[in-house]
Amino acid sequence: MSGLQRPPPGGGSGRPGGGAQQMKLVLLGDQGVGKSSLALRFVRGDFREDQEATIGAAFLTQTVNVQGKNIKFDIWDTAGQERYHSLAPMYYRGAQAAIVVYDITSTHSFEQAHSWVKELQKETGPDVIIALAGNKVDMAAETRAVMKEEAEKYAMEHGLFHLETSAKTGYNVQNLFQTLAQEIIRNDYVVTQTRHRIVTTADLLGEQSYPRRRTCCS
Amino acid sequence: MDEEYDVIFLGTGLKECILSGMMSVTGKKVLHMDRNKYYGAESASLTPLNEVYEKFSKGYGPPESMGKPKDWNVDLIPKFLMANGKLVKLLVGTGVTRYLEFKSVEGSYVYKKGGKIFKVPADEKEALATSLMGLFEKRRFRKFLMFVQEFDEANPKTHNGVNSSVTTSKDLYDKFGLDNNTTDFIGHSIALYLNDNYLTQPCGDFMSRIKLYSESLQRYGKSPYLYPLYGLGELPQGFARLSAIYGGTYMLARPDAEIVYGDDGRVFGVKAEGEVAKCKMVICDPSYAKDKCEKIGQVVRAICILNHPIQDTNKAQSGQIIIPQNQVNRKDDIYVCYVCDAHCVSSKGFFLAIVSTTVETDNPEQELLPGLQLLGQIEEKFVEVSDLYRPIDNGVSSQVFVTESYDATTHFETTCNDVVRIFEQATGQPFDCSKVKTQPEDD
Repeated sequence: MSGLQRPPPGGGSGRPGGGAQQMKLVLLGDQGVGKSSLALRFVRGDFREDQEATIGAAFLTQTVNVQGKNIKFDIWDTAGQERYHSLAPMYYRGAQAAIVVYDITSTHSFEQAHSWVKELQKETGPDVIIALAGNKVDMAAETRAVMKEEAEKYAMEHGLFHLETSAKTGYNVQNLFQTLAQEIIRNDYVVTQTRHRIVTTADLLGEQSYPRRRTCCS
Repeated sequence: MDEEYDVIFLGTGLKECILSGMMSVTGKKVLHMDRNKYYGAESASLTPLNEVYEKFSKGYGPPESMGKPKDWNVDLIPKFLMANGKLVKLLVGTGVTRYLEFKSVEGSYVYKKGGKIFKVPADEKEALATSLMGLFEKRRFRKFLMFVQEFDEANPKTHNGVNSSVTTSKDLYDKFGLDNNTTDFIGHSIALYLNDNYLTQPCGDFMSRIKLYSESLQRYGKSPYLYPLYGLGELPQGFARLSAIYGGTYMLARPDAEIVYGDDGRVFGVKAEGEVAKCKMVICDPSYAKDKCEKIGQVVRAICILNHPIQDTNKAQSGQIIIPQNQVNRKDDIYVCYVCDAHCVSSKGFFLAIVSTTVETDNPEQELLPGLQLLGQIEEKFVEVSDLYRPIDNGVSSQVFVTESYDATTHFETTCNDVVRIFEQATGQPFDCSKVKTQPEDD
């Protein structure tokens, strides 16, 4: 039987002596606040002004090292399904961390962030670690609409941690993910959050690699 | 809404979502709507448990003993994936596997006259070990299985006088001298035919079904079937996500969505909430285009909540029991599919079993009795009789392509055939799974 199993994707590889601890991170927030841009800045280190509404790459992975431990983020992007509030339950399933993004130049996006936090807590329960990211801080001087203090106050009251970021300049982006990873390590999070992931999982991807039974014994 | 789409899909059932995913991957501009607020239509898994009580108008809710309602994901139709079947190939080819996790189904059983169930023997070793048949019959059965497994269309040496497009399945049985009980088991619990019509057909399809079963079985050992954690409703969600990633737009909870036709009878668009979205074609399930469908029969299904495993299954956490028609003097088989909390579909200690069959009489629930009796004590039962529809034309002239209702089979092979049919009619191109192969994203 052992040949039929692989470490499940959501954290089974986090056993002592294994490689990176894997964890699912979901991005939330209104359209156009820069969710994909933040993820792409973090994973690929680049930024495109004309980043299209998410197409083609809504599943990114990146590993960060914290205190000698590797955390591999499986980053789920909304793939535009947030637009008409049609995110599937699957999206939230097993998420251990989330980044709720708003645009500091839009009060509407900040108000919406509140309802995303509520939605998230309803779908995932109280244990998920949530970061609140005020993106587009490079535009603060000209068009800031959401005060940093206001966002920090909200974050404090709801048990989130808050950072202002810029996917365009890269400001605080590494910091955002690094802090999430630290929080996970501190709470020994991966281990306690993997209850659904420990089950035996049939591996569809390794389809050719299994030893086949002999079909004839004569 | 006021945009023009290449395809508008109505209904987020598995078939529509697979097609939506494939159309989006190949560059089509897709809008996908559903009247319900949840994904999956007929192939949804309902959650929380209260939704199930509501859907079946019970007039009361689940008792507290059933645990947290949110722990439940209750399938409306019972199906498993064949480990080596078409749906698994599609899941792997499109990369949708990365959103899902599967468990191997633990047991595959067949019912014999008198009410006992037996493990389905599917290879030579099991054929010799089974208590399903007598000693000499076992040897004939084993020889039959070996012949089918070695049969190779391209190699006449393996044919031994059998022509797969001429020789009937019955002739093939007779060649090996198999008795009626054995042929019943082979035809219904291994080749998975719903009735006995296959006996007079050429044996090519019959043999490939047996091969599919045994190849699927060889993948994971215990049974040829797989089941996705959190229920079958994860499958349409996975393909919907694929579609969305490639630009597909999703709108749920549009109860008034309806197809709008032009004067020439061709589709013009879809109207919902007072707006019309234009499109070149519509692909939908039968409930959105009843005028383009005919009723071809009915299926009765009883969703049962149990607080114990099923007897004589060695406490298996999941399994399928097939009751072949002849064993209970019917024309169509009765199926029992069951899963439990290990699959994240119920709260701890509970099992969900669905008993189903094609309706033959005026008292459909009574027809399920042989299956229900196998379950032991039942905590709650939800019974539904569903009409089966199929489209009356191929959809080419109106550009409205309608999928068929989900039939009584307990796996997804016919589901995939229907997907292929619609894809080919809608695009005019042969279905090629390798074409929808997506680029691995940043892995």
